[in-house]
Amino acid sequence: MIQVSMHLELLLAAILFLLGLIGVLVRRNILFVLMSAEIMLNAAGLAFVVAGAHWMQAEGQVMFIFILAMAAAEVSVGLALILQMHRQHKTVDTRVLNQLKDDPVPPVKELTEIQEEVNS
Amino acid sequence: MDIFNLLWLIPALPLCSFLILAIFGSKLSGRAVAIIGCATVGLAALLTIWMGITFLTAPPAGNFYQQTLWVWLNTGGFSPSIALYLDPLSLIFIFVVTFVGFLIHWYSSEFMQGDEGYARFFAYMNLFIFSMLTLVLANNLLLLYLGWEGVGLCSFLLIGFWYRDPVNSYAARKAFIVTRIGDTAMIIGLFLLLSSFNTLNIAEILTKAPGVWSPGSSRAFWAAILLLGGALGKSAQLPLQTWLPDAMAGPTPVSALIHAATMVTAGVYLIARTHVLFELAPVVQLLVAIIGAATLVVAGFSALAQKDIKRVLAYSTISQIGYMFLALGVGAWSAAIFHFMIHAFFKALLFLGAGAVILAMDHEHDMFKMGGLRKKMPVVFWTFLFGSGALAALPLITAGFYSKDQILFFTMASVKGSIWLWLAGIVGAFITSVYTFRMVFVTFFGEQKMQVHYHAKNCIKIPLIILGILSLIAGFIELPHAWGNFAPFSDFLNGALPQVQLISGMESREIILEVITAIIALVGVYAAWVFFLKKPQLAYRFKTAGAGKGIYRFFFEGWMFDRLYDLIFVRPIVWLSKIDRRDFVDRIYGGIGQLNMVLNKSFSRTQNGLLRWYLFGVAFGAALLLTIILFL
Amino acid sequence: MILVDLIIILMLGGFLSWIVSKWSALAARWIAFVAVVIDFILTLILWLGGGSHVNILTRGQWIRDFQLKWIPELGVSFHLALDGLSLVMIALTLFIGGLSILVSWKEIRERIGFFHFNILWLLAGILGVFLSMDLLLFYFFWEVMLVPMFFILGIWGYENRKFASIKFFLFTQLSGLLMLIAILGLYFVHGHQTGTYTFDYFALLETSIPGKLAFWLMCGFLIAFVVKLPALPFHSWLPDAYTQSPTAGSVILAGLMSKTAAYGMLRFVLPLFPDAARTIAPLAILLGVAGILYGAKMAYAQKDLKRLVAFSSLSHMGFIMVGIFSSQALAYQGTVLEMVTHGISISALFIIAGALKARTGTRDMSEMGGFWKQMPAMGGITLIFVLASLGLPGLGNFIAEFLILAGAFQSSVLWAVLATVGLISSMIYSLVILQRIFHGQPQKEGKLVDFSAREFIIMACLIIVIFWLGFFPQKVISTVSPVFDKLEQQMNVSFSPGQRLLQGASEGQVSPEDALRLNRGEPSIVYLRTNTKGGARW
Repeated sequence: MIQVSMHLELLLAAILFLLGLIGVLVRRNILFVLMSAEIMLNAAGLAFVVAGAHWMQAEGQVMFIFILAMAAAEVSVGLALILQMHRQHKTVDTRVLNQLKDDPVPPVKELTEIQEEVNS
Repeated sequence: MDIFNLLWLIPALPLCSFLILAIFGSKLSGRAVAIIGCATVGLAALLTIWMGITFLTAPPAGNFYQQTLWVWLNTGGFSPSIALYLDPLSLIFIFVVTFVGFLIHWYSSEFMQGDEGYARFFAYMNLFIFSMLTLVLANNLLLLYLGWEGVGLCSFLLIGFWYRDPVNSYAARKAFIVTRIGDTAMIIGLFLLLSSFNTLNIAEILTKAPGVWSPGSSRAFWAAILLLGGALGKSAQLPLQTWLPDAMAGPTPVSALIHAATMVTAGVYLIARTHVLFELAPVVQLLVAIIGAATLVVAGFSALAQKDIKRVLAYSTISQIGYMFLALGVGAWSAAIFHFMIHAFFKALLFLGAGAVILAMDHEHDMFKMGGLRKKMPVVFWTFLFGSGALAALPLITAGFYSKDQILFFTMASVKGSIWLWLAGIVGAFITSVYTFRMVFVTFFGEQKMQVHYHAKNCIKIPLIILGILSLIAGFIELPHAWGNFAPFSDFLNGALPQVQLISGMESREIILEVITAIIALVGVYAAWVFFLKKPQLAYRFKTAGAGKGIYRFFFEGWMFDRLYDLIFVRPIVWLSKIDRRDFVDRIYGGIGQLNMVLNKSFSRTQNGLLRWYLFGVAFGAALLLTIILFL
Repeated sequence: MILVDLIIILMLGGFLSWIVSKWSALAARWIAFVAVVIDFILTLILWLGGGSHVNILTRGQWIRDFQLKWIPELGVSFHLALDGLSLVMIALTLFIGGLSILVSWKEIRERIGFFHFNILWLLAGILGVFLSMDLLLFYFFWEVMLVPMFFILGIWGYENRKFASIKFFLFTQLSGLLMLIAILGLYFVHGHQTGTYTFDYFALLETSIPGKLAFWLMCGFLIAFVVKLPALPFHSWLPDAYTQSPTAGSVILAGLMSKTAAYGMLRFVLPLFPDAARTIAPLAILLGVAGILYGAKMAYAQKDLKRLVAFSSLSHMGFIMVGIFSSQALAYQGTVLEMVTHGISISALFIIAGALKARTGTRDMSEMGGFWKQMPAMGGITLIFVLASLGLPGLGNFIAEFLILAGAFQSSVLWAVLATVGLISSMIYSLVILQRIFHGQPQKEGKLVDFSAREFIIMACLIIVIFWLGFFPQKVISTVSPVFDKLEQQMNVSFSPGQRLLQGASEGQVSPEDALRLNRGEPSIVYLRTNTKGGARW
């Protein structure tokens, strides 16, 4: 068995994580965003496994299985949501789905204008 | 029964009448209103006369009578009462107030006939009589201040009686505010007295003051000068005289009662009442004399240039009160009070006469549009002539001669007097007789220019005749010293006020001074006759050409005091209220609110609903934190 | 027990009125009114019947005292007590409260039950503030007072009500929190020193607090009160709230709630922190005087009648500040009288403004004028209260302002003189009210009806009281004076007689030799003389 340095293994995990992050940030299709998020999860899992192997601890594998389970749950909920989104908004573009943004505030002037009306 | 026990009734009667008229006035008939309004004042006058006779024949112990009605308030040893104090000084004042007041009420019952505010008029007039009586009967300065402000209020209400016209409202407000400036000085004086003596009882203060304050001490100075401030405002003396000419906007009986006979002399009363304080502050007393002298000259010249008959009388009132101040200033207390009484008679008469003329001329005030009324209104003419004679101090036959002559003599002869003050008085006397007879000649002589619309009824004639007779004969109760020393008036007052101190040897010169005064008055009449009846073109040419025009204008506008005050007080205040109408403090808080809204706006821009931005924020933040933790 | 009854009657009356309003609006109004009247009669019985109690105040201090355990673990008790000061303020509260219900008889037409519920709970809160002798309880009532007022302002107010109510709420709530911090600070300092943690007023009175801390704690209280009063730099909410609220709301805000603040200063700030209060007194007096003049100036500049009256209130509150911080018995008496008389006169002016708004549909004075012809009675009554506002003798406000200024004059001539100048400025804006509305050429076409019988009754009550206070203020003065004898002692306790006399010497009242002799502890005739003059001055 070839001994690979832990640094390289962790580097691989980091690269994977970054790829996932970039995917999340730049993709517009929410399906791809979800997939990129999966990649990030797997990168984290890889880091756990590497760490577990390095310190000869079982927790690494345990955490990886935990992450797998969680990712499965998450994907099922996420896909369901995406399906609903597609149905309601007819799109899966994240730029369009921005309705959680803050309502535009009333222009600052308005209140003082009221005051002026009262005063005058 | 002791008649003095009824003292409280004298102010209470007009007060009752006021309350009845104020509450039920609109439901009463005009006749009932007039009867209630006049009768209560008449009753008060009768009571006063009865009390006066008793006072003369059997004076109460200590030459004063005090009646405490109830304790007003009592805190920490300071306990002013609602208490009345009757002594010779206040007796003379309540006599003038009730007696002249009654005549004027009687006159107004006809004069105001048919006015829609008939009941309101009598209610205000009665309230005025009540306040004035409270003022002069008060035994402590706090109660006096109540009356003092009360008369100011009535003056305000009555000047603005015809409230539809904004000019009247403005004049009313001006009168109230200008006098209030003086009142504020006065109330600060009250604080000073209170903190020094822990009482405001006048008699107590007057007895304590010489023991606590040495003559000329700074506290005495401040107390006297602050009280003087109040007196200046109320009595329309320099520099607070500007309100009185405008106050002529009120109905003429009001001018007669408030702005000639009674209220404007309240300042004289106050100074006489607190004379001890002024004697402790000789500087202030001298100031009183100087202000009096200056005022009488300034107002006299202004009277000379007026066209409105009531404004002539208003300036002459200011001028005559100047004489009273002059007398007070030289320590001739009783002479001031004597002139007050005589002045109340003849000035009320002149105003009432002017009122009758104005009524006859269909509310025309400009006397140059009148003329020749001598034949048409004989009663008014003759009584007006008597009054004018008294005002001009025509020698021997008029009361004004005796009172004014006495003041002029004391101005020269008193230890506090001086030749300069006397000269001012003489100049004033000359101008007085000129403007008085200018008024008489222009109004009653010459050719008739307007129709007489109205002929005086008895309600108007009788008060005029009574006052006319008094203007002639009332002077005989105080003859000059050189004439056999017959002076019951000042003898009576000496129970309350000290006698004037004369420079020794001056008494022999009295006769010379009298002759000078008499000649001056007669010359004045002659000058008026020349300029305004015989050759009116002389006066006309003077006032329309060159420098004369400017001088005329200057006097006509009362030495431009109004313009000056407008420039240095009114405009800055109005300007001040115009700026910052929106309240800069409110703006500061509004600014905090706006700042928050700006912050809100800028932060909420980051919440743009784009998932990638949020994630980028998370990642960037995590990276930043990690960097900080690992490398710093 | 009667003290609790007073509060409970109001609270129950409020509920009842709310419930009944589902069936009959009129019944709801009557229930609310009767509840207040019962309370008022009870108070009068306490005052008149308990006359002998009042007189022994110097010994016993309290007319009524009521204490229950509330949260004993924290040292919180339900402690109500009544002395002369509270008694006068409660009588005022219930008097004005009753009138404010009468005023709303025609004006309030929506959610009548809830309105009266709010009014009664508001009055209950105010009573609680005047009666609480436990600081946490006091804070509780302070907040109880706030919420109903917020609703009254926000629901039944005029066009800009939301803005005004939120502004009002923010100001008073924030300042209230500062007071809570100060109360807690006091609580812990006291607990730390003595080992017993309690909010009881009397226990806390004996706390000795280090100077700096005392100053900050006092500031917590003071700011809460100054905001509520309000005095100069914190008055920003006042014109909006006073103007926008319905007549009853304006009446209670200006007539009663501002008085809770003045009461709070007299009851808490001065006795708890006498030294700190003395330190800040010059600043407070300065703010008071500035408020007098600035309020008058702002009032003069207004066109909106209610806004004008609101700023006049700011001006009068300046007198209260001056009175409280002058540390003179005269000024304290004057302050209480000013609280009462200002409550009466400002209420009357707001009621008149409300009546005018109901008749003409506007508050803008430039659209008014010449109303005297059609409404002479309203004109006459307005005249009376305008005169009260400008401090005409014979009306209660004069006595109050005279005593305040006379007291202030003894402690500081300059400020007293400046404050007195305020009397001139108050005259200018007061006359504006009368002349712009009732004088001049008639402005409004159509018929304007004069006061109705109901309004006449309201006004008659107010007029009688204002004249009664003007000519017979002694009843109020003797009720409250025992409280202040003690307070003045407390305020001046750390001035040694010698210092006091040295001060006197510099003002020329006492000769310097006498003062120095006394300062060295030698007896002097002057000591006796001054002492008898001032009574319990030291």
